[in-house]
Amino acid sequence: MEWFTAFFQDLQLSAPALWHGFSITLKVLCFATVGGVLIGTLLALMRLSSIRVLNWIAKGYVNLFRSIPLLLVLMWFYFAVPFIYTGVTGNYLTMDTALVSSIVAFMLFEAAYFSEIVRAGIQSIPKGQTDAASALGMNYSQSMRLIVLPQAFRKMTPLLLQQTIILFQDSTMVYAIGLLDFFRTNYVRGDLMSLLTQYILFAGLVYFTVSMIATYIVKKLQQRLTV
Amino acid sequence: MSEAKVMIDLQHVSKWYKDFQVLTDCTTQIRQGEVVVVCGPSGSGKSTLIKTVNGLEPIQQGNILVDGIKINDPKTNLNKLRSRVGMVFQHFELFPHLSITENLSIAQIKVLGRSEAEAKQKGLAYLDRVGLSAQANKYPAQLSGGQQQRVAIARALSMDPIAMLFDEPTSALDPEMITEVLDVMVGLAKEGMTMMCVTHEMGFARQVANRVIFMDQGKIVEDCTKDDFFNTPRGERAQQFLNKILH
Repeated sequence: MEWFTAFFQDLQLSAPALWHGFSITLKVLCFATVGGVLIGTLLALMRLSSIRVLNWIAKGYVNLFRSIPLLLVLMWFYFAVPFIYTGVTGNYLTMDTALVSSIVAFMLFEAAYFSEIVRAGIQSIPKGQTDAASALGMNYSQSMRLIVLPQAFRKMTPLLLQQTIILFQDSTMVYAIGLLDFFRTNYVRGDLMSLLTQYILFAGLVYFTVSMIATYIVKKLQQRLTV
Repeated sequence: MSEAKVMIDLQHVSKWYKDFQVLTDCTTQIRQGEVVVVCGPSGSGKSTLIKTVNGLEPIQQGNILVDGIKINDPKTNLNKLRSRVGMVFQHFELFPHLSITENLSIAQIKVLGRSEAEAKQKGLAYLDRVGLSAQANKYPAQLSGGQQQRVAIARALSMDPIAMLFDEPTSALDPEMITEVLDVMVGLAKEGMTMMCVTHEMGFARQVANRVIFMDQGKIVEDCTKDDFFNTPRGERAQQFLNKILH
């Protein structure tokens, strides 16, 4: 029982820090998702384009990022960015780049996955739709922006959200570069107060609950979109 | 009729899918105000032929001129030309994520640069013409096939086209809905719209067509007046086709 009460007492003190950690997790999640979808859409369009060079670039990108571990991308950005900065400007980078590195790494990594989802979404729109858009005089960009992508994104929303839930869990990997996200804040606090087991269990419970609720909402959404 | 200006001019058009030749040396002219029905067995290339007219299907040989503008010339602004030629598809191809009103106005606004109010007014006027003003705020999925096709015709007309292309507009419809679509098309033909229609509706052909083009295996086999086609088809293939379709 002591085991519990000590933890709950400390939780009241650590709540603001945990909340801050959670906001960092959300920041990484939001920026990486939005950026990932944007870059992913661009990659998907390149992949589907009839210009061969664009095709190759997109294909290479997707294959590259799907073949290296996320942890590696994360670390590489964290260590390489200050190094490149120094190399280019001659100054030392004094700011903490953990957050920016995390966001950029996740964004680029997720873009590879999102691009495949977007590509499938675009391909699921019948050719008749682009024919109709063309027949009305729309150019490629208009037909994509006004006709194909809005329909494709509607179909893809559940898949994109599911990928975001996976990203929510994977974002704990920023632990490796010392970013104080929700998980690491729990870890550090637990370590400090000798309540490590409790804090890690608690963190697990939070990740589990948020993911479960989000998955449930996505399922409901999927049903509504398919009807 | 013969002195009216040529709106659609196909000159020795040939097209291949890789090694397979789908169109062979197709030549015909459609003059302003003329209604031409294109028919033939499935796989004869009639849908492909009509899609070459607005460049949805590129051609490898020959020339196509629409209102005097060569469509297979890389310098031609194909999008601009397409905006002047209306097209109606077998599967309607309304945009499912847009309301009927938006379907009618989106290309007017984005392609022709009309104001939203003007586009809406014009779209709704044509919607009224096809007898569907009550459906303006619905979405395509809420309409029947026949209604969707009439909206598709109204959408094409809203662009003030110089000619209309119909690619089997009634083939995907239940029998009881065919008439409502054909009625709209007959009305258009009587108003003097230049029309090229791929269809199996021989009743429609008899009623309003000036000419009938019969295709087989990618070639134009017959190209004659409606009366000649129905009364004295010259080719054996066309006779067989007519026997099958009329009896």
